[in-house]
Amino acid sequence: MTDGSLVLAACLVFLSGCASGPAATGTPAPGLAAAAASAPSPDPRPDLAPGLFDAEEAIWNLRKLSSTPPPEDFVGGVNSDLAFMGDYAIQGSFSGIQIWDISNPRSPRIVTSYVCPASQSDVSVYGDLLFVSGEGFEGRLDCGTEGPRERVSELRLRGIRIFDISDVRYPRYVGNVQTCRGSHTHTLLEDPDDDEHVYIYVSGSAPVRPAEELPGCVSALPDDDPNTALFRIEVIRVPLEAPEQAEIVGSPRIFAGLVQAPTHGLAPTELEAIEEARRSGLFVLDFPDGPQVLPPEISAQLLDTLVARRGGSGAPTAADSASLGVYLDEVVAEQERRTAEQPSFGPTQCHDITVLPAAGLAGGACEGYGFLIDISDPLNPRRVDAVSDANFAYWHSATFNNDGTKVLFTDEWGGGGAAYCRESDPREWGANAIFSIDDRRMRFQGYYKLPAAQADNEVCVAHNGSLIPIPGRDVMVQAWYSGGISIFDWTDASGPVEIAYHDRGAASERARMAGPWSAYWYNGLIVGSEIVRGLDVFELVPSPLLSRNEIDAAASVRVDHSNPQSQPRFVWPATFALAGAYVDQLERSGGLAPARIASARRGLDAAERAAGSTRREALESLAAELASEASSSRDAAKVRTLAGTVRELAETSQ
Amino acid sequence: MRASARRTRTGTFATVLVALHACGGAPPEAGAPPPPASPSTAELEALYRARVDSAQSRFTEADADFMTKMIGHHAQALEMAALAPARAASPEIRSLAARITTAQEAEIRLMRQWLEDRRLPSPGRAAVPAGAPATGAHADVEHTAGSPGMLTPEQMRALGTAVGGDFDRLFLSSMIAHHEGAVTMVERLFATPAAAQDASMFRIASGIQVDQRSEIARMESMLEAPADAGRSR
Repeated sequence: MTDGSLVLAACLVFLSGCASGPAATGTPAPGLAAAAASAPSPDPRPDLAPGLFDAEEAIWNLRKLSSTPPPEDFVGGVNSDLAFMGDYAIQGSFSGIQIWDISNPRSPRIVTSYVCPASQSDVSVYGDLLFVSGEGFEGRLDCGTEGPRERVSELRLRGIRIFDISDVRYPRYVGNVQTCRGSHTHTLLEDPDDDEHVYIYVSGSAPVRPAEELPGCVSALPDDDPNTALFRIEVIRVPLEAPEQAEIVGSPRIFAGLVQAPTHGLAPTELEAIEEARRSGLFVLDFPDGPQVLPPEISAQLLDTLVARRGGSGAPTAADSASLGVYLDEVVAEQERRTAEQPSFGPTQCHDITVLPAAGLAGGACEGYGFLIDISDPLNPRRVDAVSDANFAYWHSATFNNDGTKVLFTDEWGGGGAAYCRESDPREWGANAIFSIDDRRMRFQGYYKLPAAQADNEVCVAHNGSLIPIPGRDVMVQAWYSGGISIFDWTDASGPVEIAYHDRGAASERARMAGPWSAYWYNGLIVGSEIVRGLDVFELVPSPLLSRNEIDAAASVRVDHSNPQSQPRFVWPATFALAGAYVDQLERSGGLAPARIASARRGLDAAERAAGSTRREALESLAAELASEASSSRDAAKVRTLAGTVRELAETSQ
Repeated sequence: MRASARRTRTGTFATVLVALHACGGAPPEAGAPPPPASPSTAELEALYRARVDSAQSRFTEADADFMTKMIGHHAQALEMAALAPARAASPEIRSLAARITTAQEAEIRLMRQWLEDRRLPSPGRAAVPAGAPATGAHADVEHTAGSPGMLTPEQMRALGTAVGGDFDRLFLSSMIAHHEGAVTMVERLFATPAAAQDASMFRIASGIQVDQRSEIARMESMLEAPADAGRSR
């Protein structure tokens, strides 16, 4: 009897330990949520109390389901990117790989904690295979923790690791592909005509390794050595039945022949600000690539110089201002001459490439340029357009909208090492730049940056994210390091708007990498890889900015795996939630009069409660009514889409 | 032991195993103690700090030396860049100077932090060298003589007295040489056994190499543009 009660007691202790979960760490209890039409004001994010595992948190229009610290081997490491497969979230870390079972998102369970150091451990999955990127000097082929000391070492791994994860609890290391610059990130791509292989585009931005370590590696300008490892990406082909035979099959020079990069024009808001400056009497230089306001302190200095030069003293006169105007005109003319004569200069590498195979396109964030790449032949990607942006320091990644009619590039100014969301930092630096795509040409539309200022000790800049499949809108969730997670609507490319967020106080007094490295949507959840704190899982909550129907329609898009840099084209099944979502959007935009909105809702409710042929007929007649209203609506396209959805719902009803 | 008691014990064990499995842990062997409950915040923090301290203690002398010298190297780039507004430099030179200033100030902060985290001395405050204008915190940093690409005091003076187009050209050629020096320092670091294995070290050095190589190319193309004709003042 003593044995029995001891066992029972142990079980009770264990069960209670099991149930407490994240609350044991002292963070706010799961269920942290807040929903509202406008963001809380003043914005609480700049003033959150710091803490490693117990920082103060702020949340808006999201519910946090869980925060789970890393498994013991990974505490103190740097968590990086995420990929998903079935019920599993695979989280890379500079220390190796963590595989989480997220079938219960309120209590993610670590299934595998596999130590295998590599920076940065960018991960992707395909079938039973897991691919991991490594670029630093410390990565070892045997996953050991002592980095090879020699400059040239046969123990070193810089490239792609390949694991078989048919049993996720026991990843089996089956092969490597070594590359000249290692792999900072990589992107998976299928060839629609080849189901025996999968392809990987490797982006390397690290130092070129010595030829003694990997034959054929050269670091030079292409004019000096056409085999240079600079100015190219690597294409790896992986035989699915024999992944250990994966090899580099091409090194396309997508950077070649880049003649003078067009800098994008100014956004409408910027142009307005400049006209405002002109009206208020400031000097404006009309440069070839866009007007610039001359800062008042500079014009004051120049005016003083002119006064001194004519032997005068005191305040500048109107004649001095006129002289300055003439001088500035000459400066602009000089710039025009130089621009016309400047030789071309091209980038040497891409940081990350995102593919949208459904459109045959990829977006490349490539050192000073954003590329649009044709990938209809995966082995031979071809650059079709390039944009540059004087405000961008470090082109980091690209995300397309679902239609492939817009692309968003991210500027990771500071490379993830600096606090660049301070009050004083320009809103165009370290932000997202949004371009429209028309006939494979990109045109600048606007910027988006985290609206809340962050402190000096919070490393913050735009980083990884993905689309949330909200039908009829372009909405993205994005990680901003210590800036937290921001969800924004970029349907209006020139006026993106934040609709939800989560943030924590700084991890420590000193600027440290912390906060989410990535935040992605996966089958109804938002999953964040927190650099220090582990795994965060959220769900959207309804608000005036996002309806229950829209959330349910998004959750109806299910995938069996996800590599966020390989964007699928979302297709929404016809559901009542989908129809309801379009009705909600038409209400918001005024595309249908309130009476028509109410009537459509009643019609859908009634149809949903009915069954069989009653339901079908009700839906068919509603579809017909809506179709007839389309042409008189200011949002005819959406009304037609709604009508189409209702018709499809009718057809699929028994 | 009576048969019924044995059955009870087996039944209880079965209940425990089912309960533990439902909790998400692998079923322990019969008789093994239950897995520990989740660590407390204090335990997590202690482990985090211990790991970070341990990771931070792994560096070579070459790493520390690089950081120290590069801070001094960057400080001079900042002094050079600070000259641009007052020397009537062209807008594109001023814009380049502003970018160099922002980027290298941030890198100096990172490098200082790297040294302080490892309880290594950070280049101290020293008098501003003659000929270079005082421009704030970075001007206080002692110059490390002999780092590749750095300007001599005479060269700094010459830069500080040039104006307009002359300043532009001198700035570009000096900064190109300066950047090439930084790239050389990085290449020497990477060629040193066991150096640059620390993740933040690797990232900083790699970043300097990539960014400054790009800037060299940009500056060379700016320099190659034909000499300005008719540019006044």
